[in-house]
Parts: sequence; C-alpha cells; structure tokens
Amino acid sequence: MFHVLFKSFKTGCLTEKLPPRDESLDQVGEACREEIARLFGKSMAVRMVDAGSCNGCELEMHAVNNGFYDIERFGIHFVASPRHADLLLVTGPVSRHMQAALKRTYDATPSPKVVIAMGDCAACGGEFGVSYASCGAVSNVIPVDAVIRGCPPTPLQLLQGILEVLKAR
Amino acid sequence: MTKSVHKGQLESPVVASLPTLLNEAGIPTTEMPAVKGAARALSIDSRFWAKAASVMAENYVRWSAVWGEHDSPNILIKAVFAARDGHVLLCTSVQETGGVLPSQTPFFPAANRPERTLQDMFGIRFSDHPDQRRWLRHLAWGEDQFPLRKEFPLAGTPQQETPPDCQYAFIPAEGEGLYEIPVGPVHAGIIEPGHFRFSAMGEDILNLEQHLGYVHKGIEKCAEGRDVQGLLRLAARVSGDSTVTHSWAACQACENAVGLKVPDRALVIRAILSERERIANHLGDIGACCNDVGFAFALVQFGRLRELWQRDNATVFGHRFMMDVVTAGGVTRDISPEHVALLQKSIVQLRKELKELIPMLCEYPSLQDRFRTTGILSPHVARTIGALGYVARASDECWDMRRDAPYAPYQNVTVAVPNCKEGDTAGRVRVRGEELFISLDLLDSFLSNMPSGKISADFHAPQTDCFGVGLVEGWRGETIAYVHLDSNGTVARYFPRDASWLNWPALEALIGGVIVPDFPLCNKSVNGSYSGHDV
Ligand code: SF4
Repeated sequence: MFHVLFKSFKTGCLTEKLPPRDESLDQVGEACREEIARLFGKSMAVRMVDAGSCNGCELEMHAVNNGFYDIERFGIHFVASPRHADLLLVTGPVSRHMQAALKRTYDATPSPKVVIAMGDCAACGGEFGVSYASCGAVSNVIPVDAVIRGCPPTPLQLLQGILEVLKAR
Repeated sequence: MTKSVHKGQLESPVVASLPTLLNEAGIPTTEMPAVKGAARALSIDSRFWAKAASVMAENYVRWSAVWGEHDSPNILIKAVFAARDGHVLLCTSVQETGGVLPSQTPFFPAANRPERTLQDMFGIRFSDHPDQRRWLRHLAWGEDQFPLRKEFPLAGTPQQETPPDCQYAFIPAEGEGLYEIPVGPVHAGIIEPGHFRFSAMGEDILNLEQHLGYVHKGIEKCAEGRDVQGLLRLAARVSGDSTVTHSWAACQACENAVGLKVPDRALVIRAILSERERIANHLGDIGACCNDVGFAFALVQFGRLRELWQRDNATVFGHRFMMDVVTAGGVTRDISPEHVALLQKSIVQLRKELKELIPMLCEYPSLQDRFRTTGILSPHVARTIGALGYVARASDECWDMRRDAPYAPYQNVTVAVPNCKEGDTAGRVRVRGEELFISLDLLDSFLSNMPSGKISADFHAPQTDCFGVGLVEGWRGETIAYVHLDSNGTVARYFPRDASWLNWPALEALIGGVIVPDFPLCNKSVNGSYSGHDV
C-alpha cells in the first residue's frame, strides 16, 4: 500500500494543456463546456461503437482516457450503453455483419444525439472501401454529424475533433 | 491413453523427419519447392488429409493454420504444422464442385473453426467434422455464394440491408436454474464487436460459446488484384494492435516468394519495431487487467508508460503504432544516431519504472487475490487446442519462433521465453510482465549493434507466378501470412492468420466455473483480436 501511495505521489499530475488549433484551448474548452451545457446539461456521455475497425482507432480512444489527456476533465465520459449516451463515436468501415447492430444502437440512443465517425475507415471506408462484406463509410448506414480523419486519429486529433464538433453545433 | 498425456514441446520431431513419418504411415508425399518460406512443403492426396493429421497428432506436431485458394476447377488447400524446429506446409487439392475433404478436426480441435470457414468461403465440405454449423458467414451473402472463389466479385451482390444474424444455433442451456446471457456484438466497454453466449447457474459460468465474424470486412478478397504496396496497406490493418506483426509477415511472404534478400539493417529495424509493438501492448493490457478488478492505480501508471512509449514511436517512426513502416524489401524509415540515443534513454527509464511496478503488482494482495486461480487453462488443454503466445506460455507451452525457428535477425540473439504452469490470469499477467524485460534487453542489444547499410532492397515483382509464406512471432504469438503473386506482379491470394484464431477457443476453455463478473478480466487476460480473426 505504501509503495502504491509513494508511486502515485511521485507521478504527480500528468494532464497537459492541449496545443491550440484555431483558438486557445481555454476558449475551445470553455465553448465546449457551454455547448455541452446547452445541449446535454452538465456533461456529455459517449458510447463507442466499433462497426468494423481494425482496432487501431479503439486504442487511441482508450488513450484519450489516460492521464495525459483525461477527457473527463472536459465533462466527456464513456458509457456502457447507447441508452445513456448523448454522442455515438463510431469507428471502422461498417461491416455488413454490423449493419443491423449499428442501426439498432443508433435507434437506442435518445435524442438529441450527435454521431461522429472516427478515423479514415469511418469517414470513407478507408482501405476497405465498399464490398460484399463492407458498407464503407458510417454515413452509408446512419446519419453522421461530423468526421474525424486519421488512421487512426491521434488522441489529440480526436479530442480537438470532439471539441470542435460540439462548438459547431 | 498415453498419447493424450501432456508432453513438452521437446517431444515434437524435427521437420526433417516428417516426410519419413508420413511415408511410413502409408502416405506418399511429393515435395513442393515452389512455395518458399516454410521449412518444407509437401503435397499429399486429399484422401490422406485426415490420416496425415492423425500422424502429426501422434507425434506431437502442432496444428497451426489452414487456408484455400481457388484454382478452377480445383480448390487448393494448404495447412501449416509446427514441428520442433520449424513449420511444414501440407498441400492438397479438391474439386470445386462437390469437393470433400476428410476433416482434421477430430485430431486437432484447433482446425474446427478454420475448416468451417473454408466451407463458408469456398464451398467445399469437410467430412467427419463434429460441427457442421457455418462460422464466418452471417447473412451478408447467400449460403450458395462463396466470396473467395475467383468468379465472386469483390462488390458481391449485397442486399439493401443485411439482416441481423439471429438464427445461429447456439448450444441450448437447459435445466432447472440454468439461464443464458447473451452479450454483444456491441459490448459495454471500448472494445471490438463479437457475440458471447453464456449459460450460467447462479453466478457461475457453466459454458461460453463465441459467435464471431462481426468485423469481417473481406480483407482477403480485397487484396486480390492489388500490387504489393496495396497489399501491404491492407496487411498493416488486419489488426491495428499488431500492425508491425502482420506487415512483417506479409513482407516476409512476398520476399520469400521472389527470393529477395532484405538488408541486415532493415531486419534489425523491423525487430526493433516488433519488440516495441510487443511492449506497447503488454503495457496497455497489464494496466487494463488490473483495472478490471478495480485497481485503477495500475491503469493510470501503465497507461502513462504506454503513452510515453507511443510518443517515442511517433517521434522516431512518424506514427504512434508504427503503421506502414515495414515495407516490401525493408523499412521506410531509418533510425538516426540521435534517435538511437533517444530510444536507449527511454529503455533505461522504462526498465527502471517497471522494476518498481511489476513486483508491486505481483505482491499486491487484493489484486493477486482476484488474479490467482481465475480462468485456469490447464497445460493439457492449452496443448490440445494449440494455444499460442503468452496464453500458451502461462500454461507451460512455450513455443516462440524467435527462439525455436528463428528468422533474421533473431538468429543472432538469445531470446528467453518465460513460462509458468498455473495457467491462470495471474500467470498470464506475470508472463507478460517478464516479456517486457526480455523485450527491453533485446531492444538494447539491437540498438547497440545496428548493422550499417541500406534500409531496403528494391522489390521487383516477378514475371511468373510465385508463392511465399511469412512466419513472425508477434506479441500475441505465431502469425502467418501466405502470398501468391501472379505473372503481372499482382496479388492472386493473400491469407493472414492471426494468433487469435487459436486463442479465442482458449477463452472458451478457461471460463468454465468462473463467475460472470470475472469474465471481462479473463477476456482481457487473453485479449484475442476480433479484426485479426474476422478479417
Ligand atoms: S482508420 Fe485506420 S486505425 Fe482506424 S479502423 Fe481504419 S484502418 Fe484501423
């Protein structure tokens, strides 16, 4: 127990300031908080749906929860069910085998809902395109509000992408 | 009875003795020198397909993979077996119409799902197969359509909407107090999709059945007709967490096919990429396993170490996962002396932190209380199902190609292979902890002995058909790629076999008696790739 406390103490605080893209982070962060307040109340719940990804996008989605990015500090947290979610973060080209599951997840998400397609696959089908096994872009299956490009998008790109999407709504 | 007793890997014969073993059993073999990359390629008559498997099983040869290739009017079938010092390819052929092969599943349970997949994708049948249900096919294409046949177009003839696959015949749970829990394909966490059907009594899981295939996106078909560069972009995306592994295996297959020698410096850089991939995944998963029992401290600490490690990947190789760095003939990025220094420094730092953290986890009572005896895969079962990588090593099956059948540059270094006998979650986590230190040592040795010279050789596609196999020990375990390049230099067939094919059944085997709340922990401790399996 002592070791654990000592290590935690030594590690200290990891969260970093995000480098600004268009405006300073403070502005983006503030605007984001306001948008979340306007759209959803105090915080925003995100449900991820892997609709056929290679799992690279998922790994970076995990990374935004690590100590350096800690997405929860902006009032954004991942939840276990679409019924608890305000935002669907969808990855992968949509495999035909996941088409029905993705639609059902979308239908199960209460309105107002935001859908973000994360990664090149989700944006346009990526390397896999449209085929006998793949529907391609997420927007071919459910309405999409915004895309975040990258293969995979880095945690920073993902975080900034989410903030900008909210700001724009 | 004695044959079913667990025997160590040393019981396996050497590759050189296999043709004799088969011949003595009355199975005539012909050498197939055209396929490059495996130690041996032997062709046999399809009538002997099952008998050959029985000879292999009796001699403690391990079953690894099977795939098909449409060569009208036949389907060519190739299976890989692992002997003590390398791999053997067994080849045969059946007719495309009404073709039937005797199943190898009765001798090797590991062949169960791959054979059912061949039925789904090629439309041949396996006789004496204990399970005639489809495996990879859901309802995206018809029962009489076979996507991996040549005449099947990549676009297929999809319906407007693919219906959900609700009729898969799970083994029913019947009896008083027994109930079923369906889970997935959309799971509760940040995780890939798949379906699990539990039958449970109270809190105890009696049985688990997996239904995978949800992320099947047609990678093998997609590869056909691409050039080698295009193939490699796909190979890098078979499973994102194993991008180096699958890229390397596919490159090896292409290079073996055309007989290209890769520069020594490129090979060492590939090994550096591969060990870095192993470390990143072990770091992430150890933290995640601890988090699954509520020990958030470890999640934070290991998440921190993984993040720092990935940032170094981005600095040195331009990508946090090092995607698309391994290329046909070599690698796309060299490591400058400054970057060597940077990597060496981060190794020292990581080793120091792990020396502090790993013993802490291994001794932390409330953590080990949950890990120990949870999800036991006995050595016997691990061997029977042919488990791979750390899953196998924690159950006393210590295959590791880097040591047993080394490919360049691993023949120049000593690879230690950790193992234990417990086969529980604690064992799997401990083995991965030990592998971290071993990989760090390997990285040290590679970085301080970097050969000079070029980082790639020109890859020229051949004027004739050529065939190659690539074999790489990824962080999940033995990984295989098969490539057939045709006379135009385009891909006629690509087959990747992720270690997950053999480790998903391990999860089914170790879950009996585990309580439902411990399932996520057991799942994470095995960590099969859905994408790598479903391709
Ligand atoms: S965008 Fe790239 S990382 Fe994300 S799922 Fe597609 S291939 Fe994988």
